[in-house]
Amino acid sequence: MALLQTHSLVAHYGDFQALFGVDIELAEAETIAIIGANGAGKTTLMRSIAGVLRNEAAAVSYENKPIGSLSADQIMSQGIAMVPEGRKLFPSLSVEENLLIGAYGRKISGHWSLATVYDLFPILGERRHNPGTALSGGQQQMVAIGRALMSNPRILLCDEISLGLAPIVIKDIYKAITQIKAAGASMIVVEQDISQAMAVAERVYCLMEGRVTLSGTPDTLSRDDIHNAYFGAGY
Amino acid sequence: MIWIETIIQGILLGGLYALFASGLSLVFGIMRLVNLAHGDLIVMAAYLILVLVTLLGLSPFIAVLVAMPVMFVIGWALQKFLLNRTLGDDILSPLLVTFGLSIALQNALLEGFSADSQRLPTNSLTTASVGIGPLSLGIMPLLTFVSAVLVIVGLNQLFYRTELGRAFRATSDDATTASLMGIKPANIFATATGIALVIVTIAALYLGLRSNFDPNIGPARLIYAFEAVIIGGLGSLWGTLIGGIIIGVAQTLGAAINPEWQILSGHVAFLIVLLVRPRGLFPRVND
Repeated sequence: MALLQTHSLVAHYGDFQALFGVDIELAEAETIAIIGANGAGKTTLMRSIAGVLRNEAAAVSYENKPIGSLSADQIMSQGIAMVPEGRKLFPSLSVEENLLIGAYGRKISGHWSLATVYDLFPILGERRHNPGTALSGGQQQMVAIGRALMSNPRILLCDEISLGLAPIVIKDIYKAITQIKAAGASMIVVEQDISQAMAVAERVYCLMEGRVTLSGTPDTLSRDDIHNAYFGAGY
Repeated sequence: MIWIETIIQGILLGGLYALFASGLSLVFGIMRLVNLAHGDLIVMAAYLILVLVTLLGLSPFIAVLVAMPVMFVIGWALQKFLLNRTLGDDILSPLLVTFGLSIALQNALLEGFSADSQRLPTNSLTTASVGIGPLSLGIMPLLTFVSAVLVIVGLNQLFYRTELGRAFRATSDDATTASLMGIKPANIFATATGIALVIVTIAALYLGLRSNFDPNIGPARLIYAFEAVIIGGLGSLWGTLIGGIIIGVAQTLGAAINPEWQILSGHVAFLIVLLVRPRGLFPRVND
């Protein structure tokens, strides 16, 4: 049974339609990757699931309940947390305060707490009192991931967590993703960096121009399939 | 000696202006909302205290405690059901709505309480003074100043020591991302305005005890509050206290030279600060 499912999900920005009937599903304890070129609708899909973009109630279901019309804070309280594209740390808050705000209004219960997040990313413990935005890009990404973990979500949405980071830092971040997975979260990982996404995910969806053009398990998809799905056939 | 006393009187007067300004500073700091009805809300709170004093026979200092939660609820509802709808990319709509609210409040107060000027009843304590060395300072101005400092210390504690304070700062930085953390920005804004009106009520107590008030004095209180906020730097609470003190000192010094210069010299001091430091004395770094 799917934990989270979208049903012919559409999304618009004003007159511009960004998604044309997207169906994806995520099982309990599964990690799926959404890949695709710039402008394919990956971030729009994530924002729709997270409630930043509102939808028909039936467009998204979670444990078979319709949640498509809920607001972002309601989605969050259902146990779905997002690491937004561009990290979006709060500049007025220190590293530790940024993490704490991830658990706003709830008791911290479950595997993830300040202590376990600092275990996962030791550098954040050292820099806990620095302003979040005084950190390097990679460290800021760690704060953004840690902040989403603080609510102990059942589903973690990761939007372009490797964007703009050095390859060595990306390796560190994905090492952490593997540990987060091992701790039991289900994940949707949106990436342009295909190799990282394929390594961590059990299944892959490729988006192009707002539609799913390919899906399957990483080992069954050939480079040519992905190439075609990514850029369209004929390239 | 007389000059030192004048300056100290000015500093204490600054406490009153800081009380006028703190609520304005809080609301602006969190949601970039300029509330043009702020002065009229102070006057409204003064009338509320007056009603409680006359109807229930309470001391003004007890009446203010009753008025504070009432004003919190009014502020909360005002933000939730009216002002939140004006927030957005267009900075004109909150200005127009609060300007309209200002006019509506003035006229409602005029209708309800007439244009007669009123005053909260004072007792011997409120007119007493204490001698500190060769200086003689009024209990009332001292109490006002201490209240202003306590309000600002309290707000800073709230901002930097509590979960609600973190949510205030996070929502002020980025409301959309804050909602991804489970925060409801609309409720955070409503709570902020509620707290601002609690401070407004404290300001109203001292306004009503120290001077006469009538339904039309709100806009002038708004100007003093604005000047204090701008001198201090938008969104900085300690800056707001310093801003209030600068206006207070300038006014009492001006008045000491020539009583007609009191109001003028406060405005001149404001303009000088604006010329030298256009962003105020303690601007926030990330604005």
